[in-house]
Amino acid sequence: MPPSTPLLTMSAITKTFPGVRALDGVDLEVRTGEVHCLLGQNGAGKSTLIKVLAGAHRPDSGTITWRGERTALTSPIAAMRLGIATIYQELDLVEGLSVADNIHLGHEPTTAGFLVRRKDARASATRLLARLGHPEIDPARLVADLPAAQRQIVSMARALSHDVRLIVMDEPSAALDPDEVDNLFRIVGDLTAEGVAVIHISHRLEEIRRIGDRVTVLKDGRAVAGGLPAKTTPTRDIVALMTGRDTEHTFPPRPSPTAADLPPPVLRVEGLARAGEFTALDLELRPGEIVGIAGLVGSGRSEILETIYGARRPTAGHVLVDGTALRPGSVRSAVRAGIGLAPEERKAQGLLLIETVTRNVSLAALPRLSRAGWVDRAAERAAAQRATREISLRPDNPDAPVRTLSGGNQQKAVLARWLLRGCKVLLLDEPTRGVDVGARAELYAVIRALAAEGLAVLLVSSEVPEVLGLADRVLVLREGTVVHTADARDLDEHRVLDLVMEGSPAA
Amino acid sequence: MTQPATPARRNDPAGPPKTSPPRRGDPRAAPGARADVRTLSLLGVLAALIAVGGLTRPEEFLATSNLQLVLTQASVIGVVTVGMTFVITSGGIDLSVGAIVALSSVWATTVATQEYGFTGILFTAVAVGVGCGLVNGVLIAYGGMVPFIATIAMLASARGLALQITDGKTQIVTVDSVLDLGVKDANILGVPPLVLVFAVVVALGWLLLNRTTFGRRTLAVGGNPEAARLAGIDVRRQRLYLYLLSGLCCGIAAFMLIVLSGSGQNTNGNLYELDAIAAAIIGGTLLSGGRGTIAGSLLGVLIFTTITNIFALNNLESAVQQIAKGAIIVAAVLVQHRTLREGRGT
Repeated sequence: MPPSTPLLTMSAITKTFPGVRALDGVDLEVRTGEVHCLLGQNGAGKSTLIKVLAGAHRPDSGTITWRGERTALTSPIAAMRLGIATIYQELDLVEGLSVADNIHLGHEPTTAGFLVRRKDARASATRLLARLGHPEIDPARLVADLPAAQRQIVSMARALSHDVRLIVMDEPSAALDPDEVDNLFRIVGDLTAEGVAVIHISHRLEEIRRIGDRVTVLKDGRAVAGGLPAKTTPTRDIVALMTGRDTEHTFPPRPSPTAADLPPPVLRVEGLARAGEFTALDLELRPGEIVGIAGLVGSGRSEILETIYGARRPTAGHVLVDGTALRPGSVRSAVRAGIGLAPEERKAQGLLLIETVTRNVSLAALPRLSRAGWVDRAAERAAAQRATREISLRPDNPDAPVRTLSGGNQQKAVLARWLLRGCKVLLLDEPTRGVDVGARAELYAVIRALAAEGLAVLLVSSEVPEVLGLADRVLVLREGTVVHTADARDLDEHRVLDLVMEGSPAA
Repeated sequence: MTQPATPARRNDPAGPPKTSPPRRGDPRAAPGARADVRTLSLLGVLAALIAVGGLTRPEEFLATSNLQLVLTQASVIGVVTVGMTFVITSGGIDLSVGAIVALSSVWATTVATQEYGFTGILFTAVAVGVGCGLVNGVLIAYGGMVPFIATIAMLASARGLALQITDGKTQIVTVDSVLDLGVKDANILGVPPLVLVFAVVVALGWLLLNRTTFGRRTLAVGGNPEAARLAGIDVRRQRLYLYLLSGLCCGIAAFMLIVLSGSGQNTNGNLYELDAIAAAIIGGTLLSGGRGTIAGSLLGVLIFTTITNIFALNNLESAVQQIAKGAIIVAAVLVQHRTLREGRGT
């Protein structure tokens, strides 16, 4: 293979799913030893493209050339044999298996072809984890017992356990802390120095600047630009290619009236605590107000939301809606009182993926849409459509399966459900996780509009700029305790980070 | 440099930029601990049952002959349960086991088969079991049928075919070498041969599930089929193998039943599917797949058989037995849920 031959060339790849043209003639060229960034909004076709590369989807048409030779990636095994390893965004681990078993799943070191050499598997897992800078992960532990960030490391160790020439990483930094992202980029640097190519998918432009060599931008199933220099192409151009807009983050303007003009609080949290997770939380939430919670991984952010919602039972304290205390640890009581939750794990906790938009949206309001147990389907459909149109969920098709929607629109389906149910308090846990730049701005606008209609919103996000940009008031959480409360306009990112790290050793 | 004591928790994907990561040491117990608690509690239940048996019927229950009987009875359903444990661990179900045992046992005891003697009977029993498993597996893995439906269809047809073959009559075995396995003289160091067969099946089953690629794949297919597929595992082939394995176990169990009863009947293996599923679930195998334990299944089977024995010795009706079994299933699963939840700290 002459050095000028690209490692991988995909040309005119198309892939159609029922009702959706996911890939519409995509071209992609990856060179040996480069970090090739793949950018695009959700629904642009990135996930489908990497699944084609992983052998998990077979393209309808188009050609794939690997090291100068035409090839067909007919199965995951075929892709692995060529040396293509994929780290998926939705972590592809088996919870009931140990770390070592997951790393070697499908290619275990064996004696006589079937007896697993457990010592070897464990030793090689230990080696891989150490190479990834995480020697403390015990290869014998069950993946079910690992936190998200460590699972990501296990996924990466699995990719490296193959003899790889190309690693595809789908948003690897989404579940990682900044230190771990640094660590990841160090590993990427080592790999590319060895001649391994990396396809890197990320929503974070600064990452692309840092480690990327070239950029391909996807939009609506087509590559709208290929092989742009990653370091020098202006942000404006990249964002414009992706979205047709030229701003990265757009937050809707805050309404002018201050807290004093707002009606009395709809939600009051008094001394709420859960042993080992968070302590004595006091919080008031007024209709029309967006309150944000900022804090580190493990600071108890999600736990607070879930406890208010009744999904976890508090060890102390009350939650009151309109002055009436909710039954502790009862989701039913919370929902009846008018609290809605858009959970962090949308797909696992929020949606019936194979069901239609209508059925997902109507779920919490069915009693109102039915008589004596019979669902009034016309009313259901009409109500769902009203709710989804109000927040411009796309496609505007009540019969579309939720599975086929993009991340941002799936989140809108969750919001529409609570809109239809007519809730007073909306709890949002990482509302823009896995939602791309363009759709984020739209989601922010929807959330602000809901607040303007009198909803009280409590927002948790791992992205400080998001909390600061969207919320009116911000609670800063450190190790389960609120250490600061302030108007969002009086805080900036540095101040918040100082607060969450106060008392911690400097990073 | 010391890190702040912030245990990393699940459901926390990321922190804000430029901060130190939380410490990774997790105080939770080692992965094996939960399983051990479960196994110990099952052992406790078994010990309690033995105590009850010993107290209510001290003479009969603890007699060597009675213990041999209990273990022998446990052996037949136990072998079926081992196969069932694999199927359930993979996220499937096999409702046809009892019917396959019946069909195998009658096919292996027809006059024509008996002409081929010991080997003929053993081979036929196993071959019919594997054949039925093959049909189940192909329908489920490659025909895309839901395991519940495919195996319920097999249940109906295999029972029907068994009735067809026997015409409702009991087929007496006349091959002495087969019958000899069931008499006292065949005991090895006091252990009936059928119990030894069961012990070997349990040991092999444990090895297969815990030490081989086959076991890893079974757990992966049950725990996260998509992840298994993306890891390059041929999920469909694995599913086929699992129903073959279950069929194989049914064939072995059918042969054991022939030895035990000296006959083949179309009513053999009645409700085995329920007993095997219940024993596996009580043992700690997850009905939704992804977790399986052979040791637990063994204990589940022993618990059930011991109950049956105690009830029989105390002259209680089988109706009462059924009710007690149901209650025990409920109790065991409830207790497990509680220990699981406490073990996870949520």
